[in-house]
Amino acid sequence: MEDIDLEEEDNLNIAVLSGKGGTGKTTISTNLALALGAKYIDCDVEEPNGFLFLKPNIVNTEEVMVEYPVIDEDKCTDCGVCVDVCQFNALASAGNGILLFEKLCHGCGACEIVCKYGALGYGKREVGRIEKGMGHGINCSRGILNIGEPMAVPVIRSILRNLDDGLNIIDCPPGTSCNVVTSLRYADGAILVTEPTKFGLHDLERAVELVDMFSIPFGVIINKDDGRENIVKSYCKDRQIEIIGTVPYSDSIALAYSKGEMLYATQDNRALFDHLAMGLGEVLEWT
Amino acid sequence: MKIAISATGQTVDSMLDKRFGRCQYFVIQDTETGEVETVENKGLTSEGGAGIAASQQLIDEGVEVIITGNLGPNAFELIEKSGIKAYKCHEMVIRDVLEKYGSGELLEIEESGPAHHGGH
Amino acid sequence: MDLVVLSGKGGTGKTTIAAALSELAKEVTRVDCDVDAANLHLYYEGKDIAREDFYGGKVAYIDGNICTRCGSCEHVCRFDAIEDFRVMPLACEGCGACTLICPQDAIELKPEKDGDVYTTQLDDGILSRAEMEIGSDGSGMLITLLRRIARKYSDDETLTVIDGSPGIGCPVIASITGSDAVLVVTEPTQSGLSDLERVVKLSRHFDIDPMVCINKYDINEDMGKEIEAFVEEEGLQLVGKIPFDDLVMESIHELKPIVYYEGSSAAKAIKDMWLTIKSLIF
Repeated sequence: MEDIDLEEEDNLNIAVLSGKGGTGKTTISTNLALALGAKYIDCDVEEPNGFLFLKPNIVNTEEVMVEYPVIDEDKCTDCGVCVDVCQFNALASAGNGILLFEKLCHGCGACEIVCKYGALGYGKREVGRIEKGMGHGINCSRGILNIGEPMAVPVIRSILRNLDDGLNIIDCPPGTSCNVVTSLRYADGAILVTEPTKFGLHDLERAVELVDMFSIPFGVIINKDDGRENIVKSYCKDRQIEIIGTVPYSDSIALAYSKGEMLYATQDNRALFDHLAMGLGEVLEWT
Repeated sequence: MKIAISATGQTVDSMLDKRFGRCQYFVIQDTETGEVETVENKGLTSEGGAGIAASQQLIDEGVEVIITGNLGPNAFELIEKSGIKAYKCHEMVIRDVLEKYGSGELLEIEESGPAHHGGH
Repeated sequence: MDLVVLSGKGGTGKTTIAAALSELAKEVTRVDCDVDAANLHLYYEGKDIAREDFYGGKVAYIDGNICTRCGSCEHVCRFDAIEDFRVMPLACEGCGACTLICPQDAIELKPEKDGDVYTTQLDDGILSRAEMEIGSDGSGMLITLLRRIARKYSDDETLTVIDGSPGIGCPVIASITGSDAVLVVTEPTQSGLSDLERVVKLSRHFDIDPMVCINKYDINEDMGKEIEAFVEEEGLQLVGKIPFDDLVMESIHELKPIVYYEGSSAAKAIKDMWLTIKSLIF
């Protein structure tokens, strides 16, 4: 994976990751985007929850299309060579014609390469959409994978290939799966969100391993922090990983979350996220 | 006529496996000769589309009847299109499954299970 | 007897509850199907008694000795996975288009190790679990393997507690197929409810009426009531309402299942829930 040369880019993309779900990744992404006046990009396309908090007016919707093979039955001899080369079992031969299972198709083109009769062409179908709008005074966009579609990568790629200039906060899918890997290909820096527990640490270690592969600057935000020394802090110290800041454990934050409220709307929490925003600038060394 | 049953083991004394796409073996009986052969399910080693891989394998084996627990929509579509009949059965010893099929006690699967994600 | 513990979204306390329930059963097999964040083993000091490589997908390899640098592979790849005549494994989807186009036959697909599968011996049974490589996804194939290993160590009477995968994708389906009972752990939030609805739908497709438990039900009682109404409307069993309890955080810190905390209100609720579940499933 090549490094992205900042000199050549007009935008700065910060990916917000977490090893597991439910660590507060969306809470931190949305509120931090507000504090920074940045754009908020929700790439967690299977469960894009950021708009529940930012509540933007959606002004623009684009479809995300992927290619799939279309078989010309006049030319097809039912030889089955395309079935054999398809690594995804998207094609099958029932003995009386080739069947396509479009949701399994990755649109790779292998079947078209091997078809001797020129019977394979490509059509396009929608797998998701991208919505854009303004909420709480910032530009927000999100990718949504259509229900029943198994592959999120095309939607993620589509939203990230067309990012606007400026500072983009990218709310990534949880975990270290290929969806996250795809998101990171477009990132110039990363924030790793974790909790100060053994579970949080275990998942953080994996997230660090992932970000290291991309050689981009990153820092950690500890959510639900108890203010004490803890295993995550000592891990970061040992590994010389910068801690951008912490979000304290609090009942009022949990309640605001459950109601879908923005934390940045309240005075106390505004200071908290302004502080995190400053910490982020220092850790990622942007000017 | 060949009958294939999704199975956890390799003989008629093993149990029927309710999974189709990810069962370990198919026990196949030829009703004319009474011969039984066992094949490893190709779907088991497919990262995605296991039901399709398993169905394709049985189509290629020339099977005319499939007995299993549930069929996903992809496998169902392919099996239906190929003219193979599929029957539903609970977990029991394959020998008894064949007997039940012989006496016409099994119900034909006329609709697929849930339309789930095909990938992975 | 396979009991699968599910939750639509992450962070609802699924693993906490799966661990607690498995402590309450006497003889038990545990399966950690939440392979993308496999945390169940952290509760235990077990001994790994078996390990095997897990191969899921494939990745293309270019033989530099044969490659003439014609560039057709880079051109044909739809995933931008080939640069400077090298394959980037994290971007390669293993489709094989490059192997078909290469005029020199210099490229082949090789199985890619996606992770390690462990069988861990605990005091009261085994734990079947996996550790995935970065960038590898939990697949139905892997979940099926983990459950198959678990079955080797269990008879029909043994309770198998499965910490299920999050979401509603293929791994979850592989967690549910062939199971006897499903417990959905949800929380009283907007996203908790919408995810619960989806998981219930999925579970019903597999002819299983899931049991539901609301974790931290008192953090937003209005939302909690909304979820209760949904459960009742669907004719499902609400088997537990677990209060928010600071000791749960402590139990996670100390890696001791919550049922061992005397005076924990959450532990009491989980114990009551276990009695209800037992009466329903056995």
